[in-house]
Amino acid sequence: MNKKRSLTFYLLAAFFALFVLFLYSPMLSIFILTFQGPQGALTFPMRGFSLTYWLGQVFQEQRVGNFVGAFWRSLGLGVSVMLLTLMVSVSAGLAFRNRFRGANSLFYLTIASLIVPSILISLGIGIVFQVLGMQTNWFSSGLGAHMTWTVPFAFLIVLGIFNRFNPSYEEAARDLGASDTATFWDVIFPLILPSLLGIGILTFTLSYDEFTRTSLVSGQRNTLPLEIFGMTTNVTSPALYALGTLTTLFSVVLILLAFWGYSALSAKQKQPKL
Amino acid sequence: MTRASKTLQTYLLAAPQTLVMLLFLVFPIVMILIVSFWEFTGFSMEPGFTLDNYRAIFSSNVALRTFLNTFKYVALVWAATLLIGYLVAYFLAFYVDDKRLQIGLFLLCTIPFWTSNIIRMISWVPLLGREGLVNSLLLNLGLIQQPLEWLLFSDFAVVLGMVHLYNFFMIAPIFNSLMRIDRNLITAAEDMGASGWQTFKEVILPLSAPGIAIGSIFIVTIVMGEFVTVRLMGGGQAASVGKLIQTQIGSIQYPLAAANAVILLLVTLVLVLAILRVVNIRNEL
Repeated sequence: MNKKRSLTFYLLAAFFALFVLFLYSPMLSIFILTFQGPQGALTFPMRGFSLTYWLGQVFQEQRVGNFVGAFWRSLGLGVSVMLLTLMVSVSAGLAFRNRFRGANSLFYLTIASLIVPSILISLGIGIVFQVLGMQTNWFSSGLGAHMTWTVPFAFLIVLGIFNRFNPSYEEAARDLGASDTATFWDVIFPLILPSLLGIGILTFTLSYDEFTRTSLVSGQRNTLPLEIFGMTTNVTSPALYALGTLTTLFSVVLILLAFWGYSALSAKQKQPKL
Repeated sequence: MTRASKTLQTYLLAAPQTLVMLLFLVFPIVMILIVSFWEFTGFSMEPGFTLDNYRAIFSSNVALRTFLNTFKYVALVWAATLLIGYLVAYFLAFYVDDKRLQIGLFLLCTIPFWTSNIIRMISWVPLLGREGLVNSLLLNLGLIQQPLEWLLFSDFAVVLGMVHLYNFFMIAPIFNSLMRIDRNLITAAEDMGASGWQTFKEVILPLSAPGIAIGSIFIVTIVMGEFVTVRLMGGGQAASVGKLIQTQIGSIQYPLAAANAVILLLVTLVLVLAILRVVNIRNEL
């Protein structure tokens, strides 16, 4: 394409570079400020240099509140949400391969769950628990709130997978006399496994970082994003940045793992095994 | 397997997701609707039927101004994300030929979306604060004499923060619809003598309209209910419906918060339907 050398190309490329800078520079700046010495402050310039001082401070409980407990809660919640979301959305995806009454309603309901303003979910679930006289908790109301966010994402990807899915494999399995259950676990499941791995990790990070939908219904004990939100008002040292750096690295590693795992597994499937 | 048991099996498979949606989406929103007509006695809510909550909202200048301010955020964030999102998606779709590079650059744009919003907002402090990088740069260049106060904790910061957080929702659907455009159509337009601008206006833009619509729906619904960015990035005066609702919940005025939420939902619904009237997105779903 001769387009490549046009002025438009350079202008757009420059715009794209600026955009990436805009996207990453805030993150990068707290990443750099994490490695200050003990006199470190919230703004540039760097005051001293230390690789581990502020990272170490994160784990001093009196510095930043109970971050470790919140981390474990968010981890547990993320894994539960991930497993439940996978089960729910794959099962719904299988149902959507057949026509059934109410399919349209369920589809639009799921989309609605994605685009309804998050605060309504939080307020609504909060009111339900209040009216029923139940105590909100991260593993009950919080889990439900997360599912309204993760299930639509997972469901839409699963629909996409089954759209491209070649049905001749399972037809072959059925012709050979496999039951539906056996067909699913021995044929369909292994074929969609790479995608499920990707969806699983993405779902986990969505839950792990979720704030708005959980904000009113997490109960007595905070999830990690809520804990960090609380810290923004009372922690005024770079320990806050160090914590930000740590959890962001955690998320980024997971995302890269998701993509890497997905491409590795699907590349392996493409190789003929004879 | 008989037809009847096949049908039963399909319903059983669809049941869990239906249940999740009914329990955590439909039921809560119905409860918001009901509670919005309940009475608030000063320290708790009492079942009943009163229009007082709605009356209070419609007769209050504060509520009205809050809604107007929220619309302002929606309009600004929408315009900014659309412009940025379209240019970025357009560049990736039409000017990056290498497939691997294209996917790599797209991922680069999406990775921040999967990290914590709270932390992404805190990250602006060292850049935009009174002693932040931007201010000291401008001071050193002699462009300003005093640090700019409006960079952080202002409407500007709120809009900037939201554009930073939510541009993914615009880029992804627009990129998707641009990638689906049959490249032969563009070649055909060029062969028939269309200029670059004409090709864009007559072929590419109409074909990417569904992507724009989906992105717009995301942005509108997210920003309408936003309160975290408004709280963290806005000053004390920055107001949004979401923040108002959150404050009312903080003082356990559930019926009032519910009434506000109902109005918020209706307004959002009208906006979404308006978008769907202009653009047909059925083929994208």
